[in-house]
Amino acid sequence: MTRSYRILTFQAAALIACSFLMFTMAAMTKAAPAPVAAAVTIGNFTFKNPVVTVKPGTTVTWTNADDIPHTVVSKDGVFKSRVLDTGDKFSFTFAKAGQFGYFCSLHPHMTGMIVVKA
Amino acid sequence: MIDDADDSRRGFLKCMAWAGTGALFAFNGGVGSSIGLDSAIAAPLIKTPTAPFTFVQVSDSHIGFNKPPNADARVTLREAIAKVKALPNRPDFMIHTGDVSQLSRDDEFDDADQILKEAGLPVFFIPGEHDMLDPDNGKAFLNRFGKNSLGTGWYSFDHRGVHFIALVNVADLKPGGMGNLGAEQLKWLKADLAGRSSSTPIVVFAHIPLWTVYADWGWGTDDSAEALKLLARFGSVTVLNGHIHQITQKVEGRIAFHTARSTAFPQPAPGTAPSPGPLKVPPEQLRGMLGITDAMFVRGHDRIALIDSTLSS
Repeated sequence: MTRSYRILTFQAAALIACSFLMFTMAAMTKAAPAPVAAAVTIGNFTFKNPVVTVKPGTTVTWTNADDIPHTVVSKDGVFKSRVLDTGDKFSFTFAKAGQFGYFCSLHPHMTGMIVVKA
Repeated sequence: MIDDADDSRRGFLKCMAWAGTGALFAFNGGVGSSIGLDSAIAAPLIKTPTAPFTFVQVSDSHIGFNKPPNADARVTLREAIAKVKALPNRPDFMIHTGDVSQLSRDDEFDDADQILKEAGLPVFFIPGEHDMLDPDNGKAFLNRFGKNSLGTGWYSFDHRGVHFIALVNVADLKPGGMGNLGAEQLKWLKADLAGRSSSTPIVVFAHIPLWTVYADWGWGTDDSAEALKLLARFGSVTVLNGHIHQITQKVEGRIAFHTARSTAFPQPAPGTAPSPGPLKVPPEQLRGMLGITDAMFVRGHDRIALIDSTLSS
């Protein structure tokens, strides 16, 4: 009996240690700035998700799913895509917090915003 | 359908959808108007002692476009030019009201240039937003089609007593806005018109309509009212636009507005579709929705005659 108890105690200790280790690792993973991504689809002459909120360091990728070319141009000159034909993509990584309004320079009634906050 | 040259109809613009590919513009002294081809070419013009002249508007050729409903916009532009060559009255020149290309690529401009040259006529260009997509925001277009223009591509010229003004409303567009002329161009326009007699017939052409056709789709020009104010004292003003790939028209005071069909693909009527993207019509319907506009000026008359005709005629 005593021996079994000891074994169980050892197993419990090992389990606790293991759990602690896993927790620590999870915490470490959380703390490290892992790459994050967000997507905006362009369709029917609109940015399908016009306001997207992301964390600093996020790379946002726009994809033109329309059969007419569009562009993605920051209102404040922060980023500017080349012309995106059907299926073309444009990505930009938002390092700092802030509000980044943008529009299509061909069809300026198309507008959107990326909100970056920690 | 035929609206004969009746003075009582001064100020009235009517466009006849000729079962073909264009619109014919004719001036009768004051206000632009369109009349049926038979009437324009046969009756009123023969009576006038002065030889009339015509010019043709081609718009939105979108060379490079290759998706439904048009697998090759070069083919339909070539058909449009064949229509121009077959017109009963040889036009003095053509105007192209923008979106010559789909993506401002050199090969697209090359192809457009070659096809348009088949008409054997001078061509006066203004850019559409699709012609501003090179890395230098329109330089590629201007180097080829706008050599003697000012600013982003505007200019004016006189032809047989008619003053033609080419305006650019696709440069430096503002977020959330529509077409835009800008302060610099408006200042130039004011100077260009200063000192001209109010009896000078004026033709203004620009890509995006200079009146608001449909704001939700950006089909208008934010500061066009300032340009129209400068034009208000003239007895005959005709405004020719493209961009919306369909015929619309209206008369406001002495200003007649008209938009031309595309030679590449049709777009939906305002608000009738989720977006202004190409109307994917069946192949057998396509050519009935593409076309050119033929314009006729008759000195001593008070209006311009416009005949729109389609490629299927």
